[in-house]
Amino acid sequence: MIKVLCFAHIKELTGSDELLLENEELTVQDFLQDMHDRYGINKDCMVAVNEEYAEPGDVMKSGDTVALIPPVSGG
Amino acid sequence: MKDTLYRVTDQPISVEDVMAKVIRPEAGAVTNFIGTVREFTKGKRTLYLKYEAYPSMAEKQLARIGKEIQEKWPEARTAITHRIGRLDISEIAVVIAVSTPHRKDAYAANEYAIERIKQIVPIWKKEHYENGEEWIGDQLETVSYPSGKPEGEEFHD
Repeated sequence: MIKVLCFAHIKELTGSDELLLENEELTVQDFLQDMHDRYGINKDCMVAVNEEYAEPGDVMKSGDTVALIPPVSGG
Repeated sequence: MKDTLYRVTDQPISVEDVMAKVIRPEAGAVTNFIGTVREFTKGKRTLYLKYEAYPSMAEKQLARIGKEIQEKWPEARTAITHRIGRLDISEIAVVIAVSTPHRKDAYAANEYAIERIKQIVPIWKKEHYENGEEWIGDQLETVSYPSGKPEGEEFHD
């Protein structure tokens, strides 16, 4: 199980602040494609795996906490 | 928690408290950046803002900015607190304090910190206007965009 955290407008697109994926393993790229197909999330969205920014080729595994990070606007 | 250098909080920020974290005998200069809620942006009136964060990661990214500053300005000490939740006009959203032996570095490092916050720290601002609301930084993603990426103007501060 991979836990996915959703913030800001992403939360409005998915309808939830947390999703659970059954996958054992998934690349960031495939994950974004899946999120795009299911919820219309931008494939350029940044992704964090266990609180660190991840690259498209990085692999997320069962037990990881993943976050969809839309463009930030703090400050 | 009070002496933690990099914080995300849902409570009002004390500028004095953040600044106190970087005061030390080696410092001859302290710059404070105070980000406040602006009422008008390009003619549009804001009633209030809501900031949302991924708090644990946001604090890590603030610490990363502190580390980057340390690499560029080895004698600098940095403390940053960012507030989340509802903020009214003129309330303080972020305070950055940097101390250095000499003033130039304190100014430069402080500006570096706010620029990096706007790039890498997972905090999002939702504007509540007189006639609606929108997430900032990504407001165009709430509608489909054929080019595959956001277009048009963005608000950056």
